[in-house]
Amino acid sequence: MEHAAQVVDPFIFRLSIFVLAVFVGYFVVWSVTPALHTPLMSVTNAISSVIVVGALLAGGVANVSSGSGWARAFGFVALIFACVNIFGGFLVTQRMLAMYKKKSK
Amino acid sequence: MSANLSAFLYLVAGVLFILSLRGLSSPASSRQGNLFGMIGMAIAVATTLANHPPADGLAWVLVIVGIAIGAAIGAVIARRVPMTSMPELVAAFHSLVGMAAVLVAAGAFYAPEAFDIGTPGNIHPQSLVEMSLGVAIGALTFTGSVIAFLKLSARMSGAPIILPFRHGINIALALALVFFIVRLVLTGGAFDFWMIVILALALGVLMIIPIGGADMPVVISMLNSYSGWAAAGIGFTLGNSALIITGALVGSSGAILSYIMCHAMNRSFISVILGGFGGETAAAGGGTGEQKPAKLGSADDAAFIMKNASKVIIVPGYGMAVAQAQHALREMADMLKKEGVEVKYAIHPVAGRMPGHMNVLLAEANVPYDEVFELEDINSEFAQADIAFVIGANDVTNPAAEEDKSSPIYGMPVLQVWKAGTVMFIKRSLASGYAGIDNPLFYRDNTMMLLGDAKKVTENIVKAM
Repeated sequence: MEHAAQVVDPFIFRLSIFVLAVFVGYFVVWSVTPALHTPLMSVTNAISSVIVVGALLAGGVANVSSGSGWARAFGFVALIFACVNIFGGFLVTQRMLAMYKKKSK
Repeated sequence: MSANLSAFLYLVAGVLFILSLRGLSSPASSRQGNLFGMIGMAIAVATTLANHPPADGLAWVLVIVGIAIGAAIGAVIARRVPMTSMPELVAAFHSLVGMAAVLVAAGAFYAPEAFDIGTPGNIHPQSLVEMSLGVAIGALTFTGSVIAFLKLSARMSGAPIILPFRHGINIALALALVFFIVRLVLTGGAFDFWMIVILALALGVLMIIPIGGADMPVVISMLNSYSGWAAAGIGFTLGNSALIITGALVGSSGAILSYIMCHAMNRSFISVILGGFGGETAAAGGGTGEQKPAKLGSADDAAFIMKNASKVIIVPGYGMAVAQAQHALREMADMLKKEGVEVKYAIHPVAGRMPGHMNVLLAEANVPYDEVFELEDINSEFAQADIAFVIGANDVTNPAAEEDKSSPIYGMPVLQVWKAGTVMFIKRSLASGYAGIDNPLFYRDNTMMLLGDAKKVTENIVKAM
């Protein structure tokens, strides 16, 4: 038991990553120029769809019970939603950013 | 692939997402940033498929078909959406992230072994806590964003809908939500899981319907933030660092944007959330202006005065975008520049329907971004400008915000157009703006009103030049 008490719960590692990432986000986002706030929103939209990894896990689960059948169905729909967001988000951001041009002299 | 390697690759993806936001610090580096984001996403997807490949042929088919359908829909939307509709699109995308979070959590609830969080009916309590938070925020983001989408796309009135006892209802719903989250953690029952989903869906609707159209820039920033927190919650359940990092980034990004928008409107975040602002539009909009005389001008007058000016500052607002006048406006600016007039654009943070919206609309009309300035950077220049050319903007130029303590917008930072030699207003009528407040500037001696459709008036000015 004494040894078990020495092991740090993985949750604490995850929490550390989370807290540090909040700070990184805070500083990175303040450095974004206000002119690009709309692309910022569309690109954050795209990257938050990395939730697709969860959809892939659920959609690809081994079909052994009625539970896993449901998980596949949920995963499949989640996969479509996340992919609409990933492709839509990155492409529309690309389209917007391509329009920002400097003065031609 | 070993668990360590895949954890490392998720970290790489997370870092690439940080770099993609970092790239947005200037337009020059932004395109590269977007590319980093795409690479990060590709790494995350490939790692998941390599580490947890779909279990059988059917699963592979589902995964490939799912990606193909999503990609096709997303690509078509991204290509077709007009830039004026970006706020609706972003709201719609938020709703998808919210729903995806709910569905992924449901998948994890029914097949916990695939996510290494226990066995069906016997999921680790800690995972249940993380999952239920992700689900609740995700469901709330979903319905909240759907309402925001309907309001922004004018499929639903922008007027606040105030239910009786709404605060009481919301508190009751929130308490019920907490109750079922606790029960889910203790019992792991499917009934509790779905009650959380239903209650959070209802709460999302009730939270957004009382918020008026004028506050939508805050709302979509706030929902942006929520979608991030939902993703982070699911990231904890999956133990996936890419998802946790991204959720934290997006969560803080949305929070900062909400703060910027609130600050630009001099509203407190709490008062926006409580809602009801903008409801007095109809009451305040009628009747007041008629008796006072306003100086009306013609396109020929405007063209003549501007050609002889040395410095013109253009103040575009959402009305310009609605009238699709941005291209005519750029033509006008080009002609003025040929005459040797210095032309700059001044943008208020809430000029569009979402943060940075007006900048995108000007960029689309080929206005170079180094001629476009933010409020703090250009406000001191109006005093040296001969002409402030206000097109489709109103409230963001209202001197009442600085002079009239009884005004509802008192204290809001505004563009000090009245300091310019002459102020030209292109407006449909003398009616009040989006916030329903009369603008005393219309009746001042150095103001010239050019009434009519923003695009037509601008085109007439161009012809007259």
